[in-house]
Amino acid sequence: MKIIVCVKQVPDAKDVRLDPKTNTLSREGVQSIINPYDRHALEEAVRLKEKHGGTVIVLTMGPPQAAEILRESVSCGADEAVLVSDRAFAGADTLATTYTLSQAIRKIGGADLILCGKQAIDGDTAQVGPGLAVRMDIPYVTCVRRIAQVNDKSFVVERLMDDGYDEVEVGLPALFTVVKEINEPRLPSLKGKMKAKKLAITTLTAAEIDADVAQLGLKGSPTWVVRVFAPQLKGERSMIAGTVQEQVDQLAEKLLEWC
Amino acid sequence: MLLIDIDACIGCGLCEANCAFDAIHVVDGIAEVNENCTLCGGCVDVCEAGALKIEGREREEKDGLAAWSGIWVYAECRHGRVAPVTFELLGAGRRLADLKKVPLSAVLLTDQAGDIPALLISYGADQVYVVEDQALADFTDEAYGNALEDLARQYRPEVILAGATAIGRSFIPRVATSLKTGLTADCTQLDIQPEDGALLQTRPAFGGNIMATIACPNTRPQMATVRPLVMKALAADPARTGAVINCRIAPERLQSRVKVRNFVALEGDQVNLNEADIVVSGGRGLEGEKGFALIAELAHLLDGAVAASRAAVDSGWIPYPHQVGQTGKTVSPKVYIACGISGAIQHLVGMQSADTIIAINRDPHAPIFDVATYGVVGDVFEILPKLIEKIKQARTSSI
Ligand SMILES: Cc1cc2nc3c(=O)[nH]c(=O)nc-3n(C[C@H](O)[C@H](O)[C@H](O)COP(=O)(O)OP(=O)(O)OC[C@H]3O[C@@H](n4cnc5c(N)ncnc54)[C@H](O)[C@@H]3O)c2cc1C
Ligand SMILES: Cc1cc2nc3c(=O)[nH]c(=O)nc-3n(C[C@H](O)[C@H](O)[C@H](O)COP(=O)(O)OP(=O)(O)OC[C@H]3O[C@@H](n4cnc5c(N)ncnc54)[C@H](O)[C@@H]3O)c2cc1C
Repeated sequence: MKIIVCVKQVPDAKDVRLDPKTNTLSREGVQSIINPYDRHALEEAVRLKEKHGGTVIVLTMGPPQAAEILRESVSCGADEAVLVSDRAFAGADTLATTYTLSQAIRKIGGADLILCGKQAIDGDTAQVGPGLAVRMDIPYVTCVRRIAQVNDKSFVVERLMDDGYDEVEVGLPALFTVVKEINEPRLPSLKGKMKAKKLAITTLTAAEIDADVAQLGLKGSPTWVVRVFAPQLKGERSMIAGTVQEQVDQLAEKLLEWC
Repeated sequence: MLLIDIDACIGCGLCEANCAFDAIHVVDGIAEVNENCTLCGGCVDVCEAGALKIEGREREEKDGLAAWSGIWVYAECRHGRVAPVTFELLGAGRRLADLKKVPLSAVLLTDQAGDIPALLISYGADQVYVVEDQALADFTDEAYGNALEDLARQYRPEVILAGATAIGRSFIPRVATSLKTGLTADCTQLDIQPEDGALLQTRPAFGGNIMATIACPNTRPQMATVRPLVMKALAADPARTGAVINCRIAPERLQSRVKVRNFVALEGDQVNLNEADIVVSGGRGLEGEKGFALIAELAHLLDGAVAASRAAVDSGWIPYPHQVGQTGKTVSPKVYIACGISGAIQHLVGMQSADTIIAINRDPHAPIFDVATYGVVGDVFEILPKLIEKIKQARTSSI
């Protein structure tokens, strides 16, 4: 089984904070990390490979420094790594991103299974997985929480819904996006780290994936971000003061009025 | 590319301070951009000197766009139940349709329409497109996506809204990709741009740390998924009238390569957080399960539901379905009582639309007080037991 895992480099949101005084983002010490959901996608791919054989290829579209997360992925069990990188990709929305990823996947000969994270923690759209499947014309299942059964040419998986979960069956090739419940990702192994160090990363440019430039980057993106701003908070901030008993009395009075 | 007009740049650093991606820095008094730039436009907006511009964005004059008209709401229906977000979207869609003076339509994909079309009309739809077909009994991305895509190609709405639910977030991207148009995820605000009638879609990104307003100027339809419990539904008016349009989709378009075998419902003991009027919520300040027992007791007394911050969930004091915030549930109760919660932005995005917010925290500078209607600076272990006692007393004396 040939499995492609799509991974994205994202800024670690834990470090990004809103400065309430200036209402701006302070980014001191913001680290770039592998999107947390994608770790789970990678882990699932490596487990499938260990059980059923095959290869795991990690793929990312991003700037040259995104190679870091590819090395990290290899240290956690991936076999090969592909970086799709070109100035022409800058400013891509999800439609342009899925076009670029699909061209790259075609270039490397397609896959039996494509795994994505449920969403990236920066863009947060959860649209790349489904969009990519449509571009590849393969079926997809979002928010997979368990792969229940692996058959010769099909999978039974559980997809998380708002009211429970559905058990669904799908033939290969297919694409899944995964939620964190699916597994507990492993840490890099020593052997993996050695392998990652020596790894030759395949780098593909826009020309090498035979891309139509009109569908790339800003040009290929129907959505435009027209404004970015800090979230506004609107509290009345009326403080209930006094001794503990006085505070409690006032609170209780209000609550009893409403409830 | 981000273009910097070095003659206009005054080196004030506003761009640097507003960049979420560490991509622009003032070096020797002039802004410089590096390869981290995502072309998000955040700096262009704040630059008071007008020195920044994003190249490559040209509004295309396409005559075809005017042929797309009317506002659509995807009416989500699963296991015979209409998702509440549908009514919220009809409320929001009604306002947009009235501003633009165009009809508001609901689209219902189901195996059994029953009284649902009339219900959708009572909540504000002028017309309802109904596809009733056995192939739609189970939700599948392909059947639902193809049906909505085919209807959109035939009737050409300018806007399609859907709930940012598990279903909406799964199949709406399929429709947008097939139609080669833009889709904005998880919106919390929708406006019409007065100059050209374009839909402005505002959404949190970056784990809720920033808000982005997104437009889709060159393609139609303009599509958005909208976060549940943010928009307000109108009161149902059974006297409202509207048209029901029955549509047929070619059978091969309703086939799916994914087959639903079985559905397992969520375990029953879960309080429905989304529907509770009173929510009592606890954070790391509760220190453990004992603290949560206090929260549960107060919630029980007030006939409310129990919620938690991620810190409390991660500590294992309460299971995940109770988590409120960016990666948990969004709630919009009448009263939200936050106990020992600091008020991180990722928590606030899940609860700040509550009508009244009460915060109890021993740190007077905790950011939770910035969203609170009433704030109490104090120790939860002193306040909660006394509060519970007081309410019990009041209840017994009033009986
Ligand atoms: C503030 C802001 C708001 C935005 N809002 C929108 C919007 O509403 N609509 C829109 O279309 N675009 C939007 N974008 C652009 C969007 O973030 C980018 O297109 C991004 O490349 C992919 O979207 P995502 O981060 O949401 O990924 P998601 O769709 O959330 O990612 C899901 C999965 O897809 C895979 N994946 C995603 N990106 C890559 C990649 N580059 N390489 C390999 N695998 C990947 C990963 O497995 C990931 O877990 C926005 C950008 C910004 C900065
Ligand atoms: C991508 C991302 C997604 C996230 N999603 C979510 C989410 O969905 N929901 C969420 O909640 N968080 C989320 N977080 C985490 C969020 O950033 C915070 O870390 C979290 O909300 C903190 O929880 P807390 O307020 O309970 O804990 P803390 O921040 O540790 O605050 C505890 C508070 O309790 C007070 N306190 C302590 N003892 C007492 C006492 N005895 N009496 C009164 N007050 C006391 C303290 O003063 C403090 O203000 C997310 C983070 C990231 C990066």
